[in-house]
Amino acid sequence: MEEWKKLEFDNVETTDVLKSAEKLKLSNERLVEMYRTMVKIRLFEEMADKQYAMGKVHGTMHLSAGQEAVAVGTGFAVRKGDYLLNHHRGHGHFIASGADVDRMMAEFLGKDTGYCRGRGGSMHIADVTANNLGANGIVGGGLQLAVGVGLAVQMKKTDQIVLTIFGDGATNEGIFHESLNMAKIWDLPILYLCENNQYGMSANVVRVSAKTPFKARAAAYDIPGYYIDGNDVLAVYETIQEAAEHARSRKGPVFVEAQTYRYFGHSKSDRNLYRTKDEIEYWKTVEDPISRYEKLLVEAGSMDEKTINSIKQEITDEIDKAVVFAENSPEPDVNSVTEWVYA
Amino acid sequence: MPEITYREAIHDAMVEEMRRDENVFLIGEDIGTYGGAFGVSAGMLAEFGPERVRETPISELGIVGAAAGAAMVGMRPIAELMFSDFVLLAMEPLMNQAAKARYMFGGKATVPMVLRLPSGSGTGAAAQHSQSLESMLMHIPGIKVVAPSTAADAKGMLLSAIRDPNPVCFVEHKLLYKVKGEVPEGDYTIPIGLADIKHAGTDITVVSSGIMVQKSLAVAKKLNDEGISVEVLDLRTLRPMDTEAIIKSVKKTGRLLVVHEAVQTGGWAGEVMAVVSSSEAFDYLDAPMRRLAGKDVPIPYNRLLEAAAVPQEADIEAEIRAIVSNQY
Repeated sequence: MEEWKKLEFDNVETTDVLKSAEKLKLSNERLVEMYRTMVKIRLFEEMADKQYAMGKVHGTMHLSAGQEAVAVGTGFAVRKGDYLLNHHRGHGHFIASGADVDRMMAEFLGKDTGYCRGRGGSMHIADVTANNLGANGIVGGGLQLAVGVGLAVQMKKTDQIVLTIFGDGATNEGIFHESLNMAKIWDLPILYLCENNQYGMSANVVRVSAKTPFKARAAAYDIPGYYIDGNDVLAVYETIQEAAEHARSRKGPVFVEAQTYRYFGHSKSDRNLYRTKDEIEYWKTVEDPISRYEKLLVEAGSMDEKTINSIKQEITDEIDKAVVFAENSPEPDVNSVTEWVYA
Repeated sequence: MPEITYREAIHDAMVEEMRRDENVFLIGEDIGTYGGAFGVSAGMLAEFGPERVRETPISELGIVGAAAGAAMVGMRPIAELMFSDFVLLAMEPLMNQAAKARYMFGGKATVPMVLRLPSGSGTGAAAQHSQSLESMLMHIPGIKVVAPSTAADAKGMLLSAIRDPNPVCFVEHKLLYKVKGEVPEGDYTIPIGLADIKHAGTDITVVSSGIMVQKSLAVAKKLNDEGISVEVLDLRTLRPMDTEAIIKSVKKTGRLLVVHEAVQTGGWAGEVMAVVSSSEAFDYLDAPMRRLAGKDVPIPYNRLLEAAAVPQEADIEAEIRAIVSNQY
């Protein structure tokens, strides 16, 4: 916790939502929609955790509570049709890109109506038809696929970009370096988003990384980089928009590191032995991305207590409905176990 | 029919398909001006340009990962690795990504890519440039593995592999590159998953693939003059394996020898024997099934040692004689 404070963010902290909104051309409706999506991610994950505790989720899951600003700031800044290759803690990004929570919850419960028809689970949720090429169970696994997608986009001459999101841990995998090098020599339209939640499972990022922030590594490949406060949703939005524009205008790859924090353990087996209660408490109170944004919206008069309550109620209902949908959905047919190995 | 080399057959298949389908492109190390480490892509850069003959850094994980990613969004990449041994640097994108995407995403992704793998020993390149890794690759559900033995098969199967909607590992034995054979002109394909009787016989079935088919054929022709009738069944595709052809042939001959260059332990000969022993062909066996495979050693450098590490014609001949005379 002390280490990260020594570093300075490239973004200016959002203190006046209205001023930022004017600059970013965001309507009040859109500002509130961003808040709503952050709340949706939080409540969805709390429900997913509850389903797990009740023994209804067969496998593990990696919860992203605390990281909602990265997901929403990014999801709202890229375009529909852009490609997404995600990491294993991907629920937030998936929801922010417009995913159907019914089908997500159904996938967690392993049902045939889930995004992957019960074959993937939390770690592999994908929606290929929507250009979402999946969460990935391998750390850094999407980084090199992104190069191939970037090549395809370049060869087909579309104006799409490839957004590949990975954690701080992935930057120490060889694939990170092979990917950045190739992306740069061919100037591929890839937006590299490093979602630094400060721990690779239990390993503190500063302890296991020779140099931080990681934009220094991007610079080594002549790729422009940003290091931003990932808990400031409008700062994330602004940076990702700028970075996406860079990639979209065919100036080559671009790198963004958004610093954030996860509240839950790495996965369901985590007992949080590697960090203190004080540290977790600090992030949950002082730095919480939803509270920070909510406070700014209320101060600016974009939203009042009544709106907040109705948003929370609507989302609670939507997620309760998702659970009912998932529970009432059929299990996959056991005889179909060998289907889809080959096309 | 014109006679061309195995190398030319692969080259022609790539060129013809790239002319036909703009989504096909070649990606790999030194494939441009250099023409590929074994000259297979000679001249292709001039015709198709650097975008479709995409020269990469020395980054095998990068090559295979990029091919998989491009394939997932509608391209049909052909990735060339300089030596099949280097696929070990790229097992992550091959095994965890390309092979599994379709299944784990609930049947919604396709990964139509070809991975060309110059393989095998005999060039004095020793342990890290001479392996036959096809048995290892066959162990991965979601990918197909082919290993053609002739120029005609190489061309027809490469065209099928490029058009196949799945990842296909295309194993090319390096000693076959110079071997000539008659190849039909124009667009013709040989289906993946279909074995071929390269030499019909009645006394014993020899199942093999790639270079070992050529060696087995030489032996079959020699023994034919002595009245030993050897059926050489070229699997051509290792996965999915043409089990029907194996069963049919063994039922006819009553004897089985499996020959491959890949090391014996965990090698695919065991798979062929399992097919026979768990089918009706088992009842037709007149002798124990035998296998002749690479010795369980890394490929050595010295010429004599290298030859001793993998089956040679004399070994195949001796095995066949032993089996048909019940002296195993």
